[in-house]
Amino acid sequence: MTKVPQRPLPRPTPESKPFWDGCRNRQLLIQRCKSCGDLRFPPSLLCPSCSSLETEWVPSSGKGEIWSHAVFHNVYHPAFERNIPYVVAVIELEEGVRMVTNIVGCSPDEVKIGMPVEVFFDEVAPEVTIPRFKPSKAEESQVRTDEDQGPVLQR
Amino acid sequence: MSDRLRGKYCIAGIGESEFGKLDSQTAIGLKLIASKMALDDAGIAAKEVDGIISQSSLRLGELLGMMPLSFVLDLDLEGATAAAMVQHAVMALEAGMCRAVLCVLGGTDIVSEEEEEFYAPYGMFDITARYAMAARRHMHRYGTTSRQLGLIAVAERTHARLNPIATLKEPMTIDDHQGSPWAVEPLRMLDCPVQGNGAGAFLVVPKPRAKDLKNPTVFIMGMGQSHPHREILDSASLTSTGAKVSGEIAFRMAGLSLSDVDVAELADPVTYAVLVQLEDYGFCKKGEAGAFLETEGIELNKARIPVNTHGGLLSCANVPGILHITEAVKQLRNGCGQRQVPEAGVALVSGSGGVMSTHVTLILRK
Repeated sequence: MTKVPQRPLPRPTPESKPFWDGCRNRQLLIQRCKSCGDLRFPPSLLCPSCSSLETEWVPSSGKGEIWSHAVFHNVYHPAFERNIPYVVAVIELEEGVRMVTNIVGCSPDEVKIGMPVEVFFDEVAPEVTIPRFKPSKAEESQVRTDEDQGPVLQR
Repeated sequence: MSDRLRGKYCIAGIGESEFGKLDSQTAIGLKLIASKMALDDAGIAAKEVDGIISQSSLRLGELLGMMPLSFVLDLDLEGATAAAMVQHAVMALEAGMCRAVLCVLGGTDIVSEEEEEFYAPYGMFDITARYAMAARRHMHRYGTTSRQLGLIAVAERTHARLNPIATLKEPMTIDDHQGSPWAVEPLRMLDCPVQGNGAGAFLVVPKPRAKDLKNPTVFIMGMGQSHPHREILDSASLTSTGAKVSGEIAFRMAGLSLSDVDVAELADPVTYAVLVQLEDYGFCKKGEAGAFLETEGIELNKARIPVNTHGGLLSCANVPGILHITEAVKQLRNGCGQRQVPEAGVALVSGSGGVMSTHVTLILRK
């Protein structure tokens, strides 16, 4: 029997532990600033909007849409060899934050920018669950991504 | 950056190590070679240079015999590092902290803790994946095609074939590009840099010091930085870069505009990065770079402003950023032989790193 190589697993930090604990409980938790209410991902110590250190965790609907995606055809790590070709995507949740994830449940060719997706929880190792996404059966997502306005010199 | 610094400092010497799979050479060894060449090229002794900007700079300066040093800086802006070095060198000289600054850069590869925790579990490895997502957004929004990206790879290869030091010299057609395997879809292997190592270096000195040197100096006319984001998760857009803002700053400082530019050496971590910069620097309008590449393009003897005349990271050598600067200096010194842009007087140089994250623009003049 061939042993499947160990995949890279998240190593939670003090900041991110509540997120990964949430995943084990089948909940997608997002960090929210207690001071200004801004949501952020990945978790971090202080709020980039107001510098507050006070945070809380709120559940996401788990619904969002594809912001962009790439299809892996080559082996960068042996644990993923059997998944090729696989889709890595940046998804934007309804709440506005983005995360890197996999899109499964459809062929890579079917994945499109703007496609509605929803979370499911994948126990990839004992005690380790990661959120992945699949095409949503629900109606059009309410996500509105800002159009591609580059930064403008204000002077 | 104030325009009172316009043309006040110059690049006096350049050096380039060998490139490619250099298993017998250490990273520091390559930097030492490039450094020595830059000093020799300027005809300035290491002892006369009292400033250094690199990574692990102090030890490098020590190994070069530059001690005691007056100014030492370790700098990391990823792909924009080399171009930013020019700014820091000028600042140090302007502040009177030293008399001359040696800038040295070799290849590096760093993975952050954040990437290990939030990217790797999904099989997201390699910077190419992020560029692939960036290219995907441009394709989605503007209808840009893989074939149009391929025109950049083909042009750079054409240039590399005219460059004695370039790594890849086999001819490449657009069909070769289109037949090349996916790196990370929608980017192909031929959208990505050549594999291998190497190093480059250049020396910055004040204008009066430039008078009695061995080779012609090149004047630093304009410089600008603009870093719109670091991570793809926090990027407003991957269809534009800091080229627009940093370009405006640099051109304003130089008192020049794109119409004055004769040759451009633009950051090319992948083909797509060049395409976006063509739009951001104003070679064409936003969203129209694909069509621009099919008409005017960026190739020597065809384009009004040839781009990446050395072959870039794609076909010359994957030494982020610094060879764009040394090539620009060579062009402005009229020292490029078969790939010389006729009467090249003004060069636009850019550095870009992360995933369209860090951006530095330089305007150089002979």
